[in-house]
Amino acid sequence: MADDAPLICRDIHKTFDQNEVLKGISLETRKGDVVSLIGSSGSGKSTFLRCVNLLETPTSGDIIVHGDPIRFKTDRKGERIPADNKQVELIRARLSMVFQSFNLWSHMTVLENVIEAPVHVLKVPKKEAIERAEAYLHKVGIHERKDYYPAQMSGGQQQRAAIARALAMEPDVMLFDEPTSALDPELVGEVLKVMQGLAEEGRTMIVVTHEMSFARDVSSQVLFLHQGVIEEQGSPEKVFDNPESERIRQFLAPRF
Amino acid sequence: MIDLKGYGPRLAEGAVVTIELALLSLLLALVLGLLSASAKLSRNRFARGLASTYTTVVRGVPDLVMMMLLYYGGQVLVNRISDWLYENYSIDWFVQFDPFISGVLTIGLIFGAYMAETFRGAFLAVETGQIEAARAYGFTKWHTFRRVMVPQMMRHALPGIGNNWQVLLKTTALVSIIGLTDMVRVAEEAAKAERSPFLFFIPVAAVYLALTAVSELFIKWLDRRANVGVVQGEG
Repeated sequence: MADDAPLICRDIHKTFDQNEVLKGISLETRKGDVVSLIGSSGSGKSTFLRCVNLLETPTSGDIIVHGDPIRFKTDRKGERIPADNKQVELIRARLSMVFQSFNLWSHMTVLENVIEAPVHVLKVPKKEAIERAEAYLHKVGIHERKDYYPAQMSGGQQQRAAIARALAMEPDVMLFDEPTSALDPELVGEVLKVMQGLAEEGRTMIVVTHEMSFARDVSSQVLFLHQGVIEEQGSPEKVFDNPESERIRQFLAPRF
Repeated sequence: MIDLKGYGPRLAEGAVVTIELALLSLLLALVLGLLSASAKLSRNRFARGLASTYTTVVRGVPDLVMMMLLYYGGQVLVNRISDWLYENYSIDWFVQFDPFISGVLTIGLIFGAYMAETFRGAFLAVETGQIEAARAYGFTKWHTFRRVMVPQMMRHALPGIGNNWQVLLKTTALVSIIGLTDMVRVAEEAAKAERSPFLFFIPVAAVYLALTAVSELFIKWLDRRANVGVVQGEG
């Protein structure tokens, strides 16, 4: 059934200069999986997510999207780079990313943000893209703000717009890179609620998060990363209630 | 109305020459500026070296010296190439370096170097997250450049472009020295012949002032458009 897996990562390593940030991370998702990556800052969880859609190129390891392995080559300086930019662009269009700091294009309105990639990357006719965008903006509850510019909205609204932008690609896997970390505490809930709704619809999601209650209640699989390795992995019940590793106990222990 | 002693029409023609010269030079400067800013930011060492040699040399040589070098030297060079082509390959090729072409080339070349720095700074001012989002959504490099980089850097570049344009406009007066009949040249002739410098140079000054004032309004308008989506006073 491996061919049905939307995303498989095998033994991903990433080294920046001399610093090995990822020391062999593997992950296999089934359709409808919600994978939460937890761990302290610097554990490598965001780097791993960025390797998945090649914003960083893994130093070694395989990434297989729907049975299609990403091809790499070595450049003149001896660095590993993707062999085929077209393939990378295609794969990125199937794995859409939601960033910590939203990264909505600031010179475009919300609606323009949401239709940009479908129209120019997926070549969806503009009229259809607008219809699709409006439906997704309704879904995340900011349809009435579609003609606003990002800077005119709150962080929670911007992040929901960014989720609509990701949805409009109708991706195989949605990647969330600490989607609530840049938000004021009272705005976190509205974003998590939207994400929970998506999980219930059966969308495949990989979520880097510090929201432990989200990881526990919504995910089907939890990975605890520590210093570039997976320290604990399994169902939320196993990771949160019966962890084997001492480190995750410390990580989850109440701080006060 | 001031009596320009029959020089009115020629002064007006001269003003048109000034405007044409300035606009063509601006176009060349923008193209060269964008190209060399991209070269300076590229990963290619040769491109970076070429672009920084260009900006260093051009910004370090006086405008007038460069103009004379290009006008007199350029023609000598063209003549030599032309002779050589004819003797060796019987190719009949020749370009006459008139003052107008020399003016556009020199001013474009000089201000291209200043524009390069303006554009380089503006490109660097674009937030990396904006470009990263474009990459993450499968944009090609060209699409990222056209739809994200350029619109976002314009608001950082416009004040610098406006400034360069005003200096460029005034620099066109130098071309009268190599014999272009722009409005400065006409005014100079008229002032000598009629022995009345104020009568001719004050209108010329007024025309420059009017042109810069109009450009300033135009740039303000462009600036408002480039800043769409930016909430003022935040940051």
